[in-house]
Amino acid sequence: MSELPGDLRYTNEHEWLRQEEDGTVTIGITDHAQSALGDLVYVELPEVGQEVESGGEMAVVESVKAASDVYGPISGEVVAVNEALADDPEKINADAYGDGWIVRMKPSGDDSETMDPDAYQVFLDELEE
Amino acid sequence: MGKRTPLYQSHIDAGAKIVDFGGWDMPLHYGSQLEEHHVVRNRAGAFDVSHMTVVDVTGSESTAFLQKLLANDVARLKYEGKALYSCMLNDQGGVVDDLITYYLGPNRYRVVVNAATRDKDMAWINDAVAPFDAEVNERSGLAMIAVQGPDARKLAATVINDEWREAALALKPFCGLAAGDLFIARTGYTGEDGWEIMLPEAMAAGFWQQCVDVGIRPCGLGARDTLRLEAGMNLYGSDMDETHSPLEAGLGWTIAWEPEDRDFTGRGPLTDVRANKSRQKFAGLLLEGKGVLRDHMRVVVDGLADGEITSGGFSPTLERSVAMARLPAGDYERAQVDVRGRLLDVRVVKMPFVRNGNIQIEL
Repeated sequence: MSELPGDLRYTNEHEWLRQEEDGTVTIGITDHAQSALGDLVYVELPEVGQEVESGGEMAVVESVKAASDVYGPISGEVVAVNEALADDPEKINADAYGDGWIVRMKPSGDDSETMDPDAYQVFLDELEE
Repeated sequence: MGKRTPLYQSHIDAGAKIVDFGGWDMPLHYGSQLEEHHVVRNRAGAFDVSHMTVVDVTGSESTAFLQKLLANDVARLKYEGKALYSCMLNDQGGVVDDLITYYLGPNRYRVVVNAATRDKDMAWINDAVAPFDAEVNERSGLAMIAVQGPDARKLAATVINDEWREAALALKPFCGLAAGDLFIARTGYTGEDGWEIMLPEAMAAGFWQQCVDVGIRPCGLGARDTLRLEAGMNLYGSDMDETHSPLEAGLGWTIAWEPEDRDFTGRGPLTDVRANKSRQKFAGLLLEGKGVLRDHMRVVVDGLADGEITSGGFSPTLERSVAMARLPAGDYERAQVDVRGRLLDVRVVKMPFVRNGNIQIEL
């Protein structure tokens, strides 16, 4: 398993969040998640401007195996979506923490329960057991 | 821990993601299911199918027994090595399993049934054979490797003994050959040319490695499933089951109605289904837009009863989603599928979707 980027926060739903300098938060799914899902073939993205609630439906990623909901790790307004995923969902497999980002949100409050990389690594290790 | 084939360690060494399949620890993929799919459509891939159950049938009434057991007629097997695809039906005409029977010689047959249904099948077969002077022997010491793809036979031929190479390459589709320790058949489950090779367990890992060394790429069950879906080949437990007849699974072509006096198990109820013109039909679906059709999704046909997807997924060759479905009787080209609460447009098409590397439907 590849090393977890140190500048990201993680959720127990296997999403990652990156705090951007402009106050927005970029969100994607972790390398563990893409590996468990297998080759991705379709990503259903939210609309820009859509309000997402923490724990509510944000996107759907479909792999060769199954469809999985991606829940909003925080509440806020979607300010950008990764349009490139419409044609190349496999970007998530190839680069989960980079080109495979899914949405960028403007948080509406500090309601996120996230982990730092070390805590997420412990969480992953416990899953393996 | 599940059961393991003689190739289990080879899979682990190759980095396979292992999943449970019918009680067996099998490779799902070795990194990318999509790449493995394309390798089989374009070059050559190798599948471990050693989990499948091989049964030899011998004895003076073997033919009579199989003519009772199977909806297809082994009398159609006119020469040694010829193979026949058939369903084995229950007394209600439902499908107990689908299988391939090879004719090995007078009153000698080899039958290959599914892995996930092994216990049920063996009980059913052993029960059915009782009134006949025939013996059923499970060949659990055999491994099976499928090499599939346009280059598969050419490449695999280089790793079989000189003595058998020419005869193996001369095999016609759906024919097999006892080649020393090997049994080589020009069959498969991908819609591509290739062989399925049965061999003693002790030889399996070495043979597999030789196949890999000549450029045949290991492929997992994931690619096997998308390949067979594109090829319009049914999967037992999804597209066929004990509550549906082969006529409702697109397998009418595998039923031998002639001779009329051949009283195969399930014939009576099956005849009733045949007479019922409003019985469900089995067809392919092509999703018009983006999204993925999945097993058990509801199919909505204007003015008719609902249907159901039996196998659905993403077709890597078409780069669209396709499905097999049981649908209400009638002539129509359009329907909708309830995809997670949204009705998406699909076209009803004749399968296969892909055969021998070529797309068979209009996109």
